[in-house]
Amino acid sequence: MPWINGRELSSATKHARQRSRRRLFSVCAILSAAVLFLSALYLSGAPADKHLSVYSVAANYALPLVQRDGRDYVGLLELLEPLGQVTAKSDGSKWRIRYNSSVEGDFQVGKNHAQVMGREADLGGKFLMENKRGLVPVGSLGSLLPRFLGGPVTLHEAAGRLFIGSIATHFTVSLAGENPPRLVFHFTAPVNPIIATEPGSLRMTFSREPIVSPASPTLTFGNKTIPSAIFSEGNAAAAITVNASIPVMATFSSDGRTITIAPTTVTVQNIPPANPSNAVRAATAPAQNQPTTAPAAAANPIPRRYFAVVDASHGGDDHGETLNTTLMEKDITVALARSLRQELESRGITTLVLRDSDANLPVDQRAVFANADHAAIYVALHASSFGHGVRVYTAMLPYGGDDRGPFRSWSTAQRPSLPLSQRIAGLVASELQRRQIPVHDLAAPLRPLNNITGPAIAVEVAPQGSDVSQLTAPDYQQLVTSAVATAIANARDQLGAAP
Amino acid sequence: MIPRHLAIGMAVLLAAALVLGGYAWHVRKTVTAAPEVAADTRPLAPPLAGPTEPVILFVAHDEDGTLRAESAQIPMPSNRQQRAEELLRTLLSIYLDRNSPHVLGPGSEIHSVFLVDPGVAVIDVNGAFADTHRSGVLVEEMTVASLIHTISANTQGILKVKILVDGKQRDTLAGHADLSSYYDVSAVNQLAAELQPGQ
Repeated sequence: MPWINGRELSSATKHARQRSRRRLFSVCAILSAAVLFLSALYLSGAPADKHLSVYSVAANYALPLVQRDGRDYVGLLELLEPLGQVTAKSDGSKWRIRYNSSVEGDFQVGKNHAQVMGREADLGGKFLMENKRGLVPVGSLGSLLPRFLGGPVTLHEAAGRLFIGSIATHFTVSLAGENPPRLVFHFTAPVNPIIATEPGSLRMTFSREPIVSPASPTLTFGNKTIPSAIFSEGNAAAAITVNASIPVMATFSSDGRTITIAPTTVTVQNIPPANPSNAVRAATAPAQNQPTTAPAAAANPIPRRYFAVVDASHGGDDHGETLNTTLMEKDITVALARSLRQELESRGITTLVLRDSDANLPVDQRAVFANADHAAIYVALHASSFGHGVRVYTAMLPYGGDDRGPFRSWSTAQRPSLPLSQRIAGLVASELQRRQIPVHDLAAPLRPLNNITGPAIAVEVAPQGSDVSQLTAPDYQQLVTSAVATAIANARDQLGAAP
Repeated sequence: MIPRHLAIGMAVLLAAALVLGGYAWHVRKTVTAAPEVAADTRPLAPPLAGPTEPVILFVAHDEDGTLRAESAQIPMPSNRQQRAEELLRTLLSIYLDRNSPHVLGPGSEIHSVFLVDPGVAVIDVNGAFADTHRSGVLVEEMTVASLIHTISANTQGILKVKILVDGKQRDTLAGHADLSSYYDVSAVNQLAAELQPGQ
């Protein structure tokens, strides 16, 4: 055995310590990397927050779901709040909810059954209470809600979509033309999907609209360029994916009721939409095997499709004022709306006319369309034989209507935007006055002004003299609408910054 | 041979039939002859007797689209609710007059006014009030503002007002003014101020 002196021994010990430190360092580094890798893996695999979309005549909204015991749960109070008057109180493990002062439900923590108006309701899982919030399994809503609401509901549980009443929006699709082909979707109500693109497909995601599946979710067209489209639903939304072998784009027409998918080689101008002025947005999908360089419009969908929403008040059975034996207010408002659209668009303002025909359109629906589109300005048009000149109105909000939690009261939805609405009304009045038109700027208890979430005004046009037939004169209509359009165009910066 | 008791019964029945027939003929003639009273559905005027009080009515004027304060001396009951009813009936009598500054349809009437604490007034008008009202944003809101501003100016503590038609809720007065919600008295008072002459 070789001998070593003290200095050699000291050197050997030092080397051993260094090796040991290096080994320890390596182990720590490997462990850290492993922890980071596993964390990243865990986070990437974590499910996204789940939601339940609720579609009803009163409101369309989404609620977060929580997962307990392997089931999806939703807060019953939060679900019913936008639909009516709801109160809830808890007493120990008991929880009582009252809907519209007439329907009462009694729940008990841990029980699979509840009592609604004295009748037993199966929850299909345990009732839970967290922070005094009553949570029910999502699967129970199909049987539980009709007892509260007194009407049918349809639950698409796997997709997280709940339809209250007959609220569904249906669609048909047809292929028009062969070279180039155009795929035309017709919807029963205006839609505003998010357009996203992937190689070889264009995907329209409907998160707010109650779109329902056609007879078959897969639609084939026997065309090489656009062979098929697939309807799917999941995570609280519906989607239509259009498969295409070349880049395609989507254009909107008929006030959002028609979407046309066509190859990008066909320009928007070549597509004859039902209403050319409404073709305002296009998104392209790259062809398969091509780099996914989608334009900004496709990558970041535009939240606002129309800057201005013009509402021709009345329509259908609602004639408005009978101005004379042959003249109805509803007819004048349509003419004024068309004239205003033309004036706005000539100033570069994209405009949606809510009623372009003699159709019934409830005031709630008008507000829903305007709110869903996040329009920068909503203008309701009225005509009257009373008085002279033009009146510009902003909402006179009703009493009360306090917001509840995250939900804004429908009757006073206009409240946050009212100051801006009043400023715009003032600008419109000034512009009319500048053109020698008698004008009055007032508040009015006029629906749906109070239900619009953005800036909203109403314009009531009366003849300058006593001759009601002046309301039909295109010159007079244009005089008024051009003043309104000029004021809106001048306020574009203010309106563009509005929420 | 017919038994005697049957013959007597038959005679009594015949006599009763004749008497009743004669009476029916008489009643029919009376109804036919009664003169047709023309339907006067105007609201009753306030009672002429009793002490009068000064009140302020806010009267809509169509010719310039204004709401003008007009003082009046009218007999007023002591009950708060009846006072409110009399006040609005007086206002309505102005609108139903031949020289009305803001014409309401014939037969328009205030059924009743309910004052509910705290601060709620419910004005119940009849069907003719709404059915015959002229349609238009301004013309309808002038009527609404006139009723609400008059009642709130003369009755302390009213915060919100609901207008019913024949005891039921209606969407609008005549296609425009919203009747589905409670009116905020402060908002109506502000509108009334904007409708004053010279504003």
